[in-house]
Amino acid sequence: MNALAFASQALEILVALLLGPLLTGWVNQWRARLQNRTAPSLFLPFRTLHKLFIKEAVVAEHASPLFRAAPYIVFGCMVLACGIVPTLSTDLPLAPAADAIALVGLFALARVFISLAAMDIGTSFGTLGARREMLIGFLAEPALLMVLFSASLISKSTSLTTIVETLAHRELAIYPSLAFASVAFTMVSLAENARVPVDNPTTHLELTMIHEAMILEYSGRHLALIEWAASLKLFAYSCIGLALFFPWGVAEAQAPLALILALPVLVLKLAIGGIALAVFETVSAKMRIFRVPEFLAAAFLLAVIGMLVHILLGT
Amino acid sequence: MNALLSQFVNLLASALLMLSFAMISQRRILSLIHLFTLQGATLVAATILVGYATNQPHLYFSAGLTFLLKVVAIPLLLHRAIDRLNVRWDIETLINIPTMMIVGIGLVIFAFNLALPIAKLSATVARGTLGIALACVLLSFMMMITRAKAIPQVIGFLSMENALFFAATAATYGMPMVVELGIALDVLVGILILGVFMFQIREQFDSLDIRHLERLKEE
Repeated sequence: MNALAFASQALEILVALLLGPLLTGWVNQWRARLQNRTAPSLFLPFRTLHKLFIKEAVVAEHASPLFRAAPYIVFGCMVLACGIVPTLSTDLPLAPAADAIALVGLFALARVFISLAAMDIGTSFGTLGARREMLIGFLAEPALLMVLFSASLISKSTSLTTIVETLAHRELAIYPSLAFASVAFTMVSLAENARVPVDNPTTHLELTMIHEAMILEYSGRHLALIEWAASLKLFAYSCIGLALFFPWGVAEAQAPLALILALPVLVLKLAIGGIALAVFETVSAKMRIFRVPEFLAAAFLLAVIGMLVHILLGT
Repeated sequence: MNALLSQFVNLLASALLMLSFAMISQRRILSLIHLFTLQGATLVAATILVGYATNQPHLYFSAGLTFLLKVVAIPLLLHRAIDRLNVRWDIETLINIPTMMIVGIGLVIFAFNLALPIAKLSATVARGTLGIALACVLLSFMMMITRAKAIPQVIGFLSMENALFFAATAATYGMPMVVELGIALDVLVGILILGVFMFQIREQFDSLDIRHLERLKEE
């Protein structure tokens, strides 16, 4: 615990708050380019947030306090999640507060509150969205846990910082279990972030939307917070993926120079990841909602096989 | 260097297992053939790597043979067959796929347990992958049992042969060349015969569903 550790923690949360919307803008820009549309500005998410923050928040007549509190809780969960995931440095004062399992719990907490808020108003769309979200959530969570466990088996710890330290700073080795885990993780994060094969983030068609259906009743600053939290969630998931499968470049404890170098490395990795996501979203079609359980079951099984392979090969 | 090569062989073995699972979960016949081609290519890469790591030049020959047969010739034949049978976009209506995948996990655990004591006896560079090869054999076998149409069954048979080949490479650095040539020829002839069969089934029943064969009794 020293000043540098706190500085890196503060820097990490600040970077997450700024890079989250930028990442969303980047993905949207590439999607537009790949679909031959005129690309929107990279800073469009920030302008949207600004616009929403100065607008008046309209709340339904029958809304309970839960409805008003939910955006703040969701936003708080996502900020904390971004604080735990080692993006720039592994020397984080917040990291002992929550390991990989608690991180999954944190995402689950946000999901429960946003679903409750969606049902709180009593419109049919909100309920529909909440039910679909819970269906996807309860299938995605075990798969995510299994992915994190495959990484923990290698480093013998469930703490994310220890996992990254082990993976990044030992001699180069290829882990087949991580190959399985990375495929499973990609599938889970597509489902969890409401990306294309499972949900379309840009749609407002009644019958296909999941995430958008839940936040339909929000406006003004509440909507801004939820949109920001969605960006942060995408950022957090991308960073978990990078931390587990491409951990090189994250600074170790007591290395201010490495911390400065870690930021451009992170931006580069996120930029490549964002383009990959946009390409994947462009080439694949949205699947039927009843195919989603199969998709996520496949992700879960791949993660389990990853663990089995690790035990078999025993490296 | 050698450790890294051996890890790379392990990675390719895992890719084979992943492809086996992808084949089980695949509904469209065309994608199934693409997956089979990819499996063949992975097998070729793994064979070349094992050959390089252990300095066994005869493995290069068998890799070349595998490439010609399983990446070029057989996929080509299969493509022609589905074109002429007009089942390019056929979607199989079959048994619940998630159930099959869970059964598949059980098979993987069984195979891994079975292979563990055998692998301890072996001293080859890729001994750990024997369990994976065995799991692939069992998975392809399950695919043959559970598919209703003729072409996926043939692909299951071929992918089982792929897995057996990989098992041989992993456990004993490949079979003797004579045996290998014999098997390659057998597979090729088998494919041709099965191709004829497919057209015959099609002509008799107007469908490739082999369940029709069960009713082939003189009454």
